[in-house]
Amino acid sequence: MKALSMRLALSVAAATAFAVPVLAAEAPDPSDWRTVAEVAQGQTVYWHAWGGSTPTNDFIAWIGDRAAERGVTLEHVKLADTADAVGAVVTERQAGRDADGSVDLIWINGANFAAMKEADLLFGPFAEQLPNWRYVDVEGKTVTTDFTVPTEGYESPWAMAQLVFVYDSARLREPPRTAPELLAWASANPGRFTYPQPPDFLGTTFLKQMLIELAPDAAALQKPAGDDYAEVTAPLWSFLDTLTPLLWRKGRAYPETGPRMLQLINDGETDLAFSFSPGEASTAIANFQLPESVRTYVLEAGTIGNASFVAIPYNSSAKEGAMVVADIVLSPEAQARAQDPEVLGYGTVLDLAELPEAQRAAFDALDLGIATLSPEELGQALPEPHPSWATRLAGDWVARYGVAN
Amino acid sequence: MLRPLPLLTAGVLAGPVAFGLLGTVLPAFGMLVPDAGTPWAAALDWPGLPRALGVAVLSGLLSTAGALLIATLILAGWHGTGAFAWLERALSPLLAVPHAAAALGLAFLVAPSGWIVRVPATLLGWERAPDLLILNDPWGLSLAAGLVAKEMPFLLLMMLAALPQVQSHRRLRVARSLGQGRIAGWLKAVFPGVYAQVRLPVLVVLVFGMTNVDVAMILGPNTPPTLAVQVTRWMTSPDLSLRAVAAAGGLILLFATLGVLALWMLGERIVARAGLVWVRAGRGLPERLSRGAGFLLAAASSLMVLAGLAALAIWSVAARWSFPDPMPEALTGRSWARFGPDMLAVAGDTMALAVLATLLSLALVVGCLEAEHRFGFAPSQRALWLLYLPLLVPQVAFLPGLQLLPLALGFGPSWPLVLAGHVVFVLPYVFLSLAGPFRAWDARIARVAAGMGASRDRVLWRLRLPMLAGPLLTAAAIGLAVSVGQYLPTLLLGGGRVTTLVTEAVALASGGDRRAVGIWGLGQTLAALLPFALALAVPALAFRNRRGMRHG
Repeated sequence: MKALSMRLALSVAAATAFAVPVLAAEAPDPSDWRTVAEVAQGQTVYWHAWGGSTPTNDFIAWIGDRAAERGVTLEHVKLADTADAVGAVVTERQAGRDADGSVDLIWINGANFAAMKEADLLFGPFAEQLPNWRYVDVEGKTVTTDFTVPTEGYESPWAMAQLVFVYDSARLREPPRTAPELLAWASANPGRFTYPQPPDFLGTTFLKQMLIELAPDAAALQKPAGDDYAEVTAPLWSFLDTLTPLLWRKGRAYPETGPRMLQLINDGETDLAFSFSPGEASTAIANFQLPESVRTYVLEAGTIGNASFVAIPYNSSAKEGAMVVADIVLSPEAQARAQDPEVLGYGTVLDLAELPEAQRAAFDALDLGIATLSPEELGQALPEPHPSWATRLAGDWVARYGVAN
Repeated sequence: MLRPLPLLTAGVLAGPVAFGLLGTVLPAFGMLVPDAGTPWAAALDWPGLPRALGVAVLSGLLSTAGALLIATLILAGWHGTGAFAWLERALSPLLAVPHAAAALGLAFLVAPSGWIVRVPATLLGWERAPDLLILNDPWGLSLAAGLVAKEMPFLLLMMLAALPQVQSHRRLRVARSLGQGRIAGWLKAVFPGVYAQVRLPVLVVLVFGMTNVDVAMILGPNTPPTLAVQVTRWMTSPDLSLRAVAAAGGLILLFATLGVLALWMLGERIVARAGLVWVRAGRGLPERLSRGAGFLLAAASSLMVLAGLAALAIWSVAARWSFPDPMPEALTGRSWARFGPDMLAVAGDTMALAVLATLLSLALVVGCLEAEHRFGFAPSQRALWLLYLPLLVPQVAFLPGLQLLPLALGFGPSWPLVLAGHVVFVLPYVFLSLAGPFRAWDARIARVAAGMGASRDRVLWRLRLPMLAGPLLTAAAIGLAVSVGQYLPTLLLGGGRVTTLVTEAVALASGGDRRAVGIWGLGQTLAALLPFALALAVPALAFRNRRGMRHG
């Protein structure tokens, strides 16, 4: 059971070892956009995306309506874990199904992207040929590297995420802003904090966030985890050993996902949570899922940020349609909608200064919501560690805390 | 045409189990799955194994003993009274409530921030919920309690159906005349006979308690989960080599289940011996206490399930609803507008699957029973075991094989495979429900019709089946409810691509959106309950002018 993703990476490697490189018969040319848009008409795009958040599902349904206007049918395949989609493509490669695959578009980043790119399971490069790419903030946002791995046009960004902490200001006046403060607050208030159970990606992100602050040299995290792993992570484990008995349910049960953690605040069971989407708390307030007294903040030394991308598998049966959908997601209209806290509250990947006046106005008119931080308050996001760290942290966490003895 | 049907039905029941077990055994020993490595070692090395097995055994034994005890106390103490009639009416619909929906409701009810705690919390002005490990506790006690609430009505109705066959009234009269109290007399004179009749259903409850997945995912522990849940996780992991580990895990659970079944049968003997000593000693029981406890436990557990469903309904229309408010601040139709259309679309798919599975099962069952009638096949005890086979072999032991073996033969998870899987589990219930009324039909009517020149087919289609419309509809309703509740067959045989109300509801349970859970849970409950309402209403309407048919 160790390091599930690492085994995944191995099976990706095994799948490709014997594969003969296949030249797809009619590989589309992304730079010829007119043809792409024409061929896309009538295609059905199966977008494999995490389905655990109802606002996201609604947003994808809205994208589907826009796609329909361009003759593309969009089907959202709701995943419990993005790795499921990667597994589907791997299975198809093993079975020799090099065309007409079942996955056309994946919401992806991090380890999953690294594994697929490494194994040549992606179509591309296509991202920089999308018509709406010209608005993307290539300089200001980390949209061309993904967890330190260069994207090289094999995936197209669609949302900026940054970790923010969520608290109920009615119950908690001064939330903790560093790892030691968190520990001190937890010992004064046992049972009022928890995090999603790794290998859930948000739970693993909490481990990485704490590791960045606690590691002797955070720069080591930008390189693949190697012999230094034990040394770098030792402070994190001793921190968690102290924290675990102070957690909600004394660490003997954990919420499964991020949204469940927000519900625990609404239920009065915990006082502190976190989210990878700076606007999620405002959205949840608007949807009655959180009390109106909830606010967000970032830690003193900053918090991890990354971009979400969409990628197209090499054997997709609707590459043109998938590119059209990726372009719709990048459109100023969709980006403004995604940033609306009443809808999603995701950060845009566009450079607002590049937008035409009318479209910039749509962003300016957005009320980011009572619990959403301004870009200045969010500050510069910390870079994600190399994907290998997350994989090993999650595996070790399960062995240490995930199986009661 | 009819003659081979019983054999075909036996094949439908035993075939998938045998085929599936084979498909589980092969990968567990490193075949079928590429890069399998050493699956046995991997499964045995899983650090959570001892605890996961322990919880499975505990929840199986506790839930079965608990449900059996409560059902027995209720029957012994209250059968024939007005209170019993009330309880029976309250419990019967609970039988159709899908396990997952009941568990979702219970989860909100008993959580430390749930409805029950909110009563004192509102009165005492608590701002924070107490930090108690009630839900998802590491020993699976809340899981066992949830299973008791759901299985008790099942056992009660099975025992109720067995009462006439053991002539309970006469037995009880003899016992009472010998000076035995109501409960003691019932336990001594009636229980042994009734238990012999419901032994197989009891074993089904035991196996389900040990190996269920959907209830365990909602109410069970997570650090680690029960073995059945862990096997499902291995099975659905994107890392394909873990499917071999899942197969080994499923076999471990199968062996554990066989062990516990043996243990239970040993327990039966010990209880029988002890009971004999007790009967000879002539001692009684604290009658009033036992009667009170039985009623209280049964009423409480059925109220819990009903209150849980009510909570789902309220969440589905709730505006802001924070702790410790016992009710939402306001009601809104917004959640229905958001999730309702999606839910209804999936409800359509769910019903299509359920209707097809039920029709196929009904065709096989009617064919079998008619063949039995025409050719004089005698139903044997062995046939009964065959009927129970798919319910007695843990699903996680043979469903992985049922996915892996077809995959190795070149066809992957798909809708037809899901349909076939549903038939395997729907058929036994349809058979058990229809066999009694079908065999009890007055054959003299057929002879009269034959005398007037009607063919045997004509008798079947124009007389027997119309006259059995009521039991046929009831059997169909049971079949639909069973299909609507199938979680693991849908998940595994559909490869995650076939969604029904139950797979969506369980997937949503891990997320935070209780309003969505409310709507999907409610949808699932209605999908199972509405057919029952129809099964009651249709004969009443159709036969309103035929008095002799009203109770048919």
